[in-house]
Amino acid sequence: MMSKINFLKPDKNNLNTFLYLGSFLFLISVLDVFINSFFSLNITGFLPGFLSFLFPLIFGFIGLYFIRIEFSGIKQLDLLNKHINTNNFNAVLSLLIIFVIIKSIPPILSWFVIDASFAGDSKDVCTGSGACWTYIKVWIRRFMYGMYPNAEQWRINLSFIALVLMGSVGYFATDRFKKYLTLYYVVIYPLIAFLFIFFFISGGPVFFDFSYGIIAAILSIILGFFIPAKYKFYYFLIVPLALYITLKYFIFFDEYIELGKLDGLNWVETGAWGGLSLTFIISFFCLIFCFPIGMAFALGRRSNFPLIRYISVGFIEFWRGVPLITVLFMSAVMFPMFLPEDFFIDKLVRAIIAISLFEAAYVAEVIRGGLQALPRGQYEAAKSLGMGYWKMHIFVILPQALKLVIPGIANTFLALVKDTPLIFVVGLLEIVGMLNLAKTNPKWLGFAMEGYVFAAIIFWIICYAMSKYSYNLEQKYKTDR
Amino acid sequence: MNFKLKDIVPQLITVTAVVLVFGFFTYNAQINMENRGIDFGYGFLSQESSFDVQFSLIEYDGSHSYFRAYLVGLLNTILVSVIGIIIATILGVIVGVARLSPNYLINKFAAFYVEFFRNIPLLLQIFFWYFAALRALPLPQDAEAIFGVFFLTIKGLYVPAFIWQNFSVFFYSIVAAIIAIIVIRIHAKRVQENQGKQIPVFLISIGLIFILPLLSFLIGGVGISFEVPVLKQLATTSFIYEGGVSLPPELIALTLSLSLYTATFIAECVRAGIQGVGKGQKEAAASIGLTPNQVLKLVIMPQALRIIIPPTTNQYLNLTKNSSLAAAIAYPDLVLVFAGTALMQTGKAIEIVSITMFTYLTLSISISLLMNWYNKKIAIQEK
Repeated sequence: MMSKINFLKPDKNNLNTFLYLGSFLFLISVLDVFINSFFSLNITGFLPGFLSFLFPLIFGFIGLYFIRIEFSGIKQLDLLNKHINTNNFNAVLSLLIIFVIIKSIPPILSWFVIDASFAGDSKDVCTGSGACWTYIKVWIRRFMYGMYPNAEQWRINLSFIALVLMGSVGYFATDRFKKYLTLYYVVIYPLIAFLFIFFFISGGPVFFDFSYGIIAAILSIILGFFIPAKYKFYYFLIVPLALYITLKYFIFFDEYIELGKLDGLNWVETGAWGGLSLTFIISFFCLIFCFPIGMAFALGRRSNFPLIRYISVGFIEFWRGVPLITVLFMSAVMFPMFLPEDFFIDKLVRAIIAISLFEAAYVAEVIRGGLQALPRGQYEAAKSLGMGYWKMHIFVILPQALKLVIPGIANTFLALVKDTPLIFVVGLLEIVGMLNLAKTNPKWLGFAMEGYVFAAIIFWIICYAMSKYSYNLEQKYKTDR
Repeated sequence: MNFKLKDIVPQLITVTAVVLVFGFFTYNAQINMENRGIDFGYGFLSQESSFDVQFSLIEYDGSHSYFRAYLVGLLNTILVSVIGIIIATILGVIVGVARLSPNYLINKFAAFYVEFFRNIPLLLQIFFWYFAALRALPLPQDAEAIFGVFFLTIKGLYVPAFIWQNFSVFFYSIVAAIIAIIVIRIHAKRVQENQGKQIPVFLISIGLIFILPLLSFLIGGVGISFEVPVLKQLATTSFIYEGGVSLPPELIALTLSLSLYTATFIAECVRAGIQGVGKGQKEAAASIGLTPNQVLKLVIMPQALRIIIPPTTNQYLNLTKNSSLAAAIAYPDLVLVFAGTALMQTGKAIEIVSITMFTYLTLSISISLLMNWYNKKIAIQEK
């Protein structure tokens, strides 16, 4: 049954008419933009300029107006109306966004893939209008490892793989070892990481002899099977190191042992380090250092001792008030003046100290927020059980406070990762710095865009993964109060 | 007074440690400076700087003092920060509101914007805009005019300059309008509290702010004309625009990236603030018969602002501090002019870095004090 149609007021009675008419108009408008964008054909070219430009918007708007029928009974239509077509204003915005997406797909696609060049190893292949990924391909080792010699790059790869494996121990730990995980991650793991990076990536004077180290480790693991479980922890804390020292300095002499001896690891100056691996190294160490320092200052700021409180407030407010770039300036030009004359600290170490102190102030404020958010009852309950300051904080306050501030901590760490490119101030070139260096190479002029897009994608993936991980952690440790 | 040893010892140890560290540093600094023949002092500030700065808001050349170079850098920093804060706030509020939109497309679009821009390092964004995007702009001779008067070229953005006659009259008319609006607001509030009558303050305000400056044109003898930039040939291949105001590409790249980056954080603050107002508040306000506009103005916004302002202040501070990244693309801000060029020339590392840091500290602390004051003003008055 057809009732009278009022085109200014779409209603349910003429549902089909409005539905067909509206979707037809809407599809026409989308089709127009689509053809225009993908095939550069202007099917409304016969209209005057601005009308041809506005054609899809007007038709799409009328189409969406027609299909805006409440409680139509068709599920998909209702969903569509609810989500993109609630009123005129929303309809226009939705249309604009749809058109922008359709319009922007072809140029982006052609730049990234269709017109881009992938093959070859010189600038000559990059003649198309698209991106020149050959540039990235040729320079990839520099972007990843900086000026680190090509022949030695396996050292970085091996160290990173080893560190990732050792870092993932937490996932495989059995319940018996779970209680030692904190100790492992706070003390042992950073120490191992430092040894790896200092002796393996840096090379040079091998204080730590890997051959002895492997022998000591194997021996102590074999012996470890006979140690009662009660003492196992202390055993593994002390014996491997003692065994190593005994082997190296008291029993064996270098002549007797040649197997697997890693001599000839070349010394690679920190100035030659760079690229993405340097980003990882700096982020890793700053992350490890800034957390305990920040925690200490957060506790200091909430301390009952006025002098400690003032010092903490001064420290936190100072670092939070200045930009990182001036801090790095300070570490580059001012800090050497403050040290004894014959005392030299490597610039990488200086940069790591500077960034750690800087981020520690932010971590401190985040943790302070968590400490303040805890109800007073928690403190009082802990005290009434007879706990002292340290016991109370370690077992009652900090575990709860840290849980609360996981998002804040994650944001600080994200900021840290995003701040690493600033080390160009002290003359270290991580990936962004290497890009700027490659950009000025006379053989490869004019590919700045590709480089920055490449770095942006890498950073985006890292940061996005970190933020998603922190969100998962937050959900995992969420406790209802 | 009962001193407990338990209370004093930790404090004493900490203070001693801090004093020892600082003493160690000072002692070394003295010895180092003696050895290198550098003397400590701020006297160099009045010496002639003898270097030029590309872009400056105040008159400056090599014959001016280092102090004036410092002022040039500081003003450039403030300029970038202020423009950046304004754009970032507008963009951030729009995106933050868009993230709460019931419209699926708008919502996802805003989310995409936020996730995209905030996960890429700011320095990389600055480099991208400066070295890649703005370098793709046309040369001055090939540039097409936007609306006939703006020229966006590889050498920067050229906009027409305003040439005012009797500018002071115009300025005073705006000041008068603002004062009048404030007075009317106070009066309207009093009338409403005493008599329950409502005066349409908003309409009156809009009228005032338009009519008074308009009157200044008609009666006060204020005139305005534009100086449109004109292309001028310097050599066969070298062109330049003359007249108007030119904004260097460094400034454009910096403000663009700073505001796009910071807007993502402000958007999240705004979203959190509006979401933080309980649904019951809106429903309660609607059920006592307030119109949607009144609900927004009288119920939602005052509560949302309380949540929004503290983190947004932090973002303003971050933007101001991040503007120091200008040094990377040679925009003459405080860090580049003072901690860069001036430091290279004088070699006075300790003095210059300390002045720079102290300036940033002052800027941050003054912004945060201002915002704390405002925050306190609008905070809930608890009994």
